[in-house]
Order: sequence, then structure tokens, then C-alpha cells
Amino acid sequence: MGHHESNYEPKWGIAKWFDERLPVARMVSDQFIVFPTPRNLNYWWTMGMVLFFFLIIQLITGIILTMHYIPHEDMAFNSVEHIMRDVNWGWLLRNMHANGASFFFIAVYIHILRGIYYGSYKAPREVLWIVGIIIYILMMAAAFMGYVLPWGQMSFWGATVITNLFSAIPLVGDFITHWFWGAYAVSQPTLNRFLSLHYLVPMLLVAFVFIHIWALHVVGSNNPEGLSVKSSDDTLPFHPYFTMKDSFMAIVFLTIYAFFVFYMGNYMGHPDNFIRANPVVTPAHIVPEWYFLPFYAVLRAIPDKLGGVVAMFGSIMVVAALPWLDRNPIRSLRYRPWARFFFIGFVATAVLLGFLGAKPAEGWYVHASRVLTAYWFIYFLVIVPMLSKMETKNRRMPGSITDSVLGSHGAIPEGATSAPAKQ
Amino acid sequence: MTATIDDHQEGSTRRNFLYIGTGAFAAVGVGCVIWPFVDQMNPDASQKALASIEVDISSIKKGGAITVLWRGKPVFIRHRAQAEIDEANKVDITGLRDPQKDADRVKKAEWLIMVGICTHLGCVPGGQKSGDVKGDYNGWFCPCHGSHYDTSGRIRKGPAPRNLDVPEYTFLTDTLVKIG
Repeated sequence: MGHHESNYEPKWGIAKWFDERLPVARMVSDQFIVFPTPRNLNYWWTMGMVLFFFLIIQLITGIILTMHYIPHEDMAFNSVEHIMRDVNWGWLLRNMHANGASFFFIAVYIHILRGIYYGSYKAPREVLWIVGIIIYILMMAAAFMGYVLPWGQMSFWGATVITNLFSAIPLVGDFITHWFWGAYAVSQPTLNRFLSLHYLVPMLLVAFVFIHIWALHVVGSNNPEGLSVKSSDDTLPFHPYFTMKDSFMAIVFLTIYAFFVFYMGNYMGHPDNFIRANPVVTPAHIVPEWYFLPFYAVLRAIPDKLGGVVAMFGSIMVVAALPWLDRNPIRSLRYRPWARFFFIGFVATAVLLGFLGAKPAEGWYVHASRVLTAYWFIYFLVIVPMLSKMETKNRRMPGSITDSVLGSHGAIPEGATSAPAKQ
Repeated sequence: MTATIDDHQEGSTRRNFLYIGTGAFAAVGVGCVIWPFVDQMNPDASQKALASIEVDISSIKKGGAITVLWRGKPVFIRHRAQAEIDEANKVDITGLRDPQKDADRVKKAEWLIMVGICTHLGCVPGGQKSGDVKGDYNGWFCPCHGSHYDTSGRIRKGPAPRNLDVPEYTFLTDTLVKIG
């Protein structure tokens, strides 16, 4: 990992003995203590640590909840109430887990938008970006299957609608959905395997988070100026400078999270999920969890089954393709006013689609979803590639990260653009 | 000299054969081992055992309907009034998304039997009870994404691609129907 020279010096005999056999302490020192990090990182760069905290919270509370939960269609619903009422501290652990998922997504959306705004997906960070998108998709899989487990009405019908997306696949669609359900409708086999897969996905997440951090440490962090690190003046050691900055933001997040856990545990849930799953009655208005709403709005905007499913998956794929859609050498939108203008339009689109995803699919809601869905795709497939060619020399950028911090601006210097990392 | 080259060539083709043959056997072997791991997720024997049910329909009045569970799915059994049958027969099917005559969807015109699952994304449309919203065509209406079905269960408006499915069924007697 990383290109900087190791300066770890074992202090004690046993540390030296160990270092020659398994240099774990050296790795920790190199990667997480002295690791050179751009000195100008702002608070948008603290989400990585926040996400790491929430991953740990979800893992621990999830393992515990599984000790009390029963994956059976007749007992799952009651076992969740049993956790909430009977199990010692069960209410706390379940509230932590359920709200932890929401906060996980809040942090990941900030993290992704940060990456888009500051051009963190550009060379040499394309692989880092793709691994991040894989992590995001795994998170969605984990969250979806986790939401099914309480086996309320919204769990059941959310599961039905989402798994039916695969029935849109021509020819083999029904075969795939039946295979996925283990039955001819969402039922006992489906619930049982969802618990198993809900337990599997976090293990994959841990593995991909490791790869994500590895890829990050090969190329180093981007920064608000989008400039590459050119000298040791541009960086500070990760500890204590960024461990402290990250910890501060983690505490801010955890404080708000604690408020939800203790005072409004069900705020982000849906009242219909307090009704036990009933396979013959669909609630009048079904909605997914808030973090899926923009994609749900895209799905419903298209008046064709297969078309809606393709658009929904496509809306994530265009984000994954960003490194190849935007080849503009200037990374940070601080120096691209036009791109910044359309980026703000994109953020507004995502938020409004989220709002529309929660509304019934009727009247002007549908028309608005169609316009916004169109903008989503036009932004990524037309606006971003066009600006990539047109907006290549615009504002004066500082000569280096150090210059930007100390306030001396000059012309675009060599190395300020996203050339591949030098070895 | 010549002999050596021949030996070499012969050895090499033999080796290639063994190499490809071993690889092919290994691939088939891996495939055979993977299949049980994949197939275990398919509907099992106990699910398939629920393949047919018998329903007594004698208690359903004209204009009424019941919903029964078959293979974990709701099945709509509707005793249609003459007006509903007439309405279904009046429709010009050439303009429909999934053109089907009403007569092809029923065995006895007064009994409409179909799987009560919207062909869009699997919700259960309303319309079985008298108070339900029946949609623009007086049949069934799916609340999830707004599909309208007519009195024959045919898709008329909304995102669903197909008419409501008609399961296999037989009338064992006038009042007993076997579904599946």
C-alpha cells in the first residue's frame, strides 16, 4: 500500500521480532498514522470515517439481533416485537440497527456527492470510484433484505415489488423470480434466505471496504482544489490531524443519530410495517425506504415494465461511468462554474425525485418524475461529456495545495490536472 | 533428426489433447458441483406439493367474489353478473395491449377465475370487495402503480404488460372447482 517510504522503527525487541515476521504494526503506522494526506481537506472529506463507524455499529447490532430474531413467516413479526419489548436492551439495539441503516445512507450520499463535486472519480482514482459504487450497490442489497426481515406489510410488499423487477427480464424472468423466492410467491423460503443473505452481504462489504481503502492508499486522497500532491509541504500526517477532524464529524453524526435512536426510533419507518405481512392484501400506497425513493421515482416514471426497470438500474450505472463520461482534466468544480451550475441542478433533481418517489403515481407527480428522470440522464450522458470538452480552461487555479492554503494564486501549473499518478 | 521432430510433434499433440481433455472434464465437474448449490434455491418439494387446491364455490352469490390462496398467491374467483359478462364481450379486443376474447379467459361465462396478482410488479389489485376502487373499467385496480383491469381481468390502462393470468382449473362438479 502507498508509495511513501516507511519510517516505522520498532522500539522494543519483541516489536522488532514481530516486524520481521508479520509487519502489522508497520502497516498501521504507515497507512493510518504517518500516511501523508493533503493538508487542505475540508469536512466533506470526513464521511469515510463516519461510514466506517456505522459499518461497525451495523455489524455488532446485527449479529446481536440475529440471536433473538426468528426467520419464520409465522414468527418473524412477533419475534421483532419480542426484541422491542422483552429482550434486555432489545429496543436500543434494534433502534440502533434500523436507524443506523438510514445514517449509513446519509453519510454515503454525502460521500458520493463530495466525490462528484471535487472530481474524485478522475484519473488516477477510477478503480477507487468503481469499488465505491460496488460498495453502494451492496449496501442497497443489504438494506433491502434487512427491511424485509420484520415481515410487516411494507416489508412483504416491498419485497414483492422489488423481486418482481427481475420478472421484467425477457424469457427467463419468471424462472429467475421463482428461483429467487424458492416458491411461487414471496413466502417462508424467501424470508429464510433473506436472513442468510442479509448476513452474507456485510462480509462482502467489509472485503470491499478493505479494497476501497487499499485503492485510496495507492493513489492518495483527492482534495478540495483537485490538485495533485507535489511536495511534502502539501501534506500532513493522517494522525493526529485527520483522525481528529474525522472523529469530530463522527461525534456530530453520532449525536444526531442518538437523538433518533432514543427519541424518534420509528421516524424513518412506515406505519404499515406495524401490520403483519398479509399476502392477499396490498397496502393502498406502498413506498420503499427513503434512501431508495429517487430510484423508485425513476422506475415509475417510465410507462413500460421493462423500460422502467432498465431506467432504474441505468440511473446508477451512469454514475459508475462518470470517470469515462467526464474527461475534463480539471478535477474540482471550484474551477468549473458551468459544471457547478449543472451539478447543483443534478442534486436538486435527486432530492425532488426522492420527494416524488414518496407520492402516489398519478397526475402531475408522474409528469414531474418524467422531466426529472430525463434531466438525470441528460446530465450524465450529454451535459457532463459536453462540458468535459468545452470547459477546459476557465479559472485561475493555485499553483499547489500549499499555495491554495497560503493564498497565492497563479496560472494552471503543470501537474494540477488529472494526469495518471507518477510512480 | 527427423524422428526427433516427429516425436516432438506427436508428444505435443498428445499433450494438447490431454490438456484440453482434462480442462473440459474439470469444467464439466465444476458445473456438476455448482448445480446443487444453485438448484437448492428453486421451489422445493413442499412448495410443489401445494400445486393444486379444491374450492367449494356454492356460497358465492351472483356479483360476489372470493379470494383463495393457491401456491402462496391469491386467486380471484368471481361470480359475474350478466351485466359484467356483457360489458366484457362488448370490448373491441383489437385495440388492447394483450388482446384476448372474454370467452378465451373463462370456462363458464359466469365464473371468472384468475391469479390476483398484477402482472406489473406483483401487487394484489383491489376490486374483490364491493367497497374497493375498481378502476376506470369497473374490474380491478392495482394501487401500487395504477394498472386498470376490466371485468374480464384484461389490462386496459397503466404499466402492466399482460392480462391477469388465468390458472389451470377444472370444474369437478357445478360447485366444486380444482385449481392447479
